[in-house]
Amino acid sequence: MRTIAQEFSKGIFVENPVFRLLLGLCPVLAVSITAFNAFGMGIAATFVLLGSNIVVSAIKDFVPSRVRIPAFILIIATFVTIVDLTLNAFLPDLHEALGIFIPLIVVNCMIMGRAEAFARKNTIGRSIIDALGVGIGFTIALTVLGIVREILGAGTLFGFNIVGTAFEPMGLLASPPGAFIALGVLVALFNVMFKRLGIE
Amino acid sequence: MDLLPIIFVAILANNIVLMQFLGICPYMGVTQRVETSLGMGMGVIFVMTLAAVISWLIFYGILEPLNLHYLRTISFILVISSLVQLVEIVLKKTNPTLFRALGIYLPLMTTNCAILGVAILNIDQGHNIIQTIVYAIAAAIGFTIAVVVMAGIRERMELVSMSSFLRGASVTLVTAGILSLAFMGFAGMVTL
Repeated sequence: MRTIAQEFSKGIFVENPVFRLLLGLCPVLAVSITAFNAFGMGIAATFVLLGSNIVVSAIKDFVPSRVRIPAFILIIATFVTIVDLTLNAFLPDLHEALGIFIPLIVVNCMIMGRAEAFARKNTIGRSIIDALGVGIGFTIALTVLGIVREILGAGTLFGFNIVGTAFEPMGLLASPPGAFIALGVLVALFNVMFKRLGIE
Repeated sequence: MDLLPIIFVAILANNIVLMQFLGICPYMGVTQRVETSLGMGMGVIFVMTLAAVISWLIFYGILEPLNLHYLRTISFILVISSLVQLVEIVLKKTNPTLFRALGIYLPLMTTNCAILGVAILNIDQGHNIIQTIVYAIAAAIGFTIAVVVMAGIRERMELVSMSSFLRGASVTLVTAGILSLAFMGFAGMVTL
């Protein structure tokens, strides 16, 4: 049995959903044009993951295992609707920028995967720790990709110009092909880093 | 809106995988062999069209008159997951040959964000029922082209010697980026 600290940190490093397991890549590629959008999507997904992990863990003894998948989908969809309406009311610009990828959090395999692999077998406390770890790992990965793409693609960071006028932004990184290429290079870099640290 | 631009945009210029990032999970997962990716593509054409039509009918038949727009995500995902189950049961009884060909890909459809994504895009873009059908079929053909091309490249790539850090996900993503760059060339042919 893992300790609480290991449970929390595994989602951030060794089992990082984006760089290590390559789960939930659709929103990662789509919204990482700017660091702020990427961070917003990370927080939204973390909230849904936290909510679904808590509820799935709470009802694990009452739901027959044959109908568990539809039940999980319903729980996740409820939290996604909450996020959708909340963002629309308080952060309409972010809601507009994330667009179709907010309702699509429902089919993010990372969230379904944690419900199926972790929350339905563990206590509520451990499920919260797990959700926070994986959610923060997802948010960090998204934000890192967003920072790389925003600096190289537009020359700004969180909307502020940080490179001066001498730097000519590489428009490629702000376009769809740039998302694939930047993530591919980052995954390779993280492979090298984990190899150096001796983690497989 | 004419139907021809919808078809052209959905298949090439705004390909759902390479330009809109929908369905990346199956794109990374089942593009090892050309044969399996072709099977997956056929399954997607079938389910995506059905799902788009049924969710269009639900939205304009039930949710719109009752002013229940906020239930869109929940009702669409429920419709799609039960539709996938239904298709699986019906195919098994009525057409065992087709079931053998598509059967193993059907459970994957529920978590394929391209299916839900296209259903939502049809509503967002205000398509009528004919445009919905055409858009869904064209988007699914675009998906099939993207996965088959990728599978062909990956079959070749297995024989190439490369650093172990790049092999697998990393090089697949970079390849997808180059393919995406190629598809971007179609954007100039039509105004999106």
